[in-house]
Amino acid sequence: MEIPYTTETRPDTGLYNAKLGVWLFLASEVMLFGSLFSSYILLRTGAPSWPHGRDLGLSVPLATINTMVLIGSSVTMVLAWASLKLKEFNKYRLYMGLTILAGFAFMGIKAYEYATKFEHHHFPKTNTFFAIYFTLTGLHGLHVLGGMIINGYFWGPGAKMWETDPERFTNRIEVAGLYWHFVDLVWIFLFPTLYLL
Amino acid sequence: MSAHNDAESIRKEVKIYITVFLGLAVLTVLTVGVSYFHMPVALAILVALVIATFKGSLVAAIFMHLRAERKLIYWVLVLTVIFFIVLMAIPSISQWDQRMIR
Repeated sequence: MEIPYTTETRPDTGLYNAKLGVWLFLASEVMLFGSLFSSYILLRTGAPSWPHGRDLGLSVPLATINTMVLIGSSVTMVLAWASLKLKEFNKYRLYMGLTILAGFAFMGIKAYEYATKFEHHHFPKTNTFFAIYFTLTGLHGLHVLGGMIINGYFWGPGAKMWETDPERFTNRIEVAGLYWHFVDLVWIFLFPTLYLL
Repeated sequence: MSAHNDAESIRKEVKIYITVFLGLAVLTVLTVGVSYFHMPVALAILVALVIATFKGSLVAAIFMHLRAERKLIYWVLVLTVIFFIVLMAIPSISQWDQRMIR
């Protein structure tokens, strides 16, 4: 059976189905991260004192670089989609490849940060700050990893659809982009919350 | 989105994406810079959250195309925002029956 409304808009929603689906998924993601931010507030307001992330050895420069990397990857992601709209497939491959590389860079820096924490015997069990730090950044990291797998598929084998159904493929990249931008958006809030405040 | 369909408007969009990227980069540097000012905690949180919200709005409006999207998506997001606010308010319930420690 054909999946309906992959390219044409559904009359009652005015959208192609994948877009509405991904937005609903992102709404549930807001609740997931929201509940953890809410926990953070509860833990912080309930604690007699709360440390500055940088006083516990969190590296602001590394996290700043990572923020730039993720913001940059959001731009390359949206440029990948725009390239498909302009029917420039080679540029799509380039921008999508850069997006995936940025994902690797982010995860590499994050892994280095984690390794440094472990070296200093800072684990989730160490204190409340590190418990919520590892929970939030770990969950976010998993989301980055998930996005890299999806983007990797659309860069590689999934890109075959460009030959058979370019419009549908373009829409797939648009909704993969929605997810990727959301992951970027979460980091925009995580960065000041954990590192700067 | 019909506005996206011709090559000319896409090229215009691309310029906007680059501009937004530069804006986000500047705002990131600003957030980091401001955090070294040693402001009172409440003010520091306010400033950081205002900047983060502005950055997030840029990402949502421009990269996620929300500035020209269908109504249904807006309604989904209005609901999401309402529930998000409830989530953020839940910690304050814990303080109804106890004095604030700080």
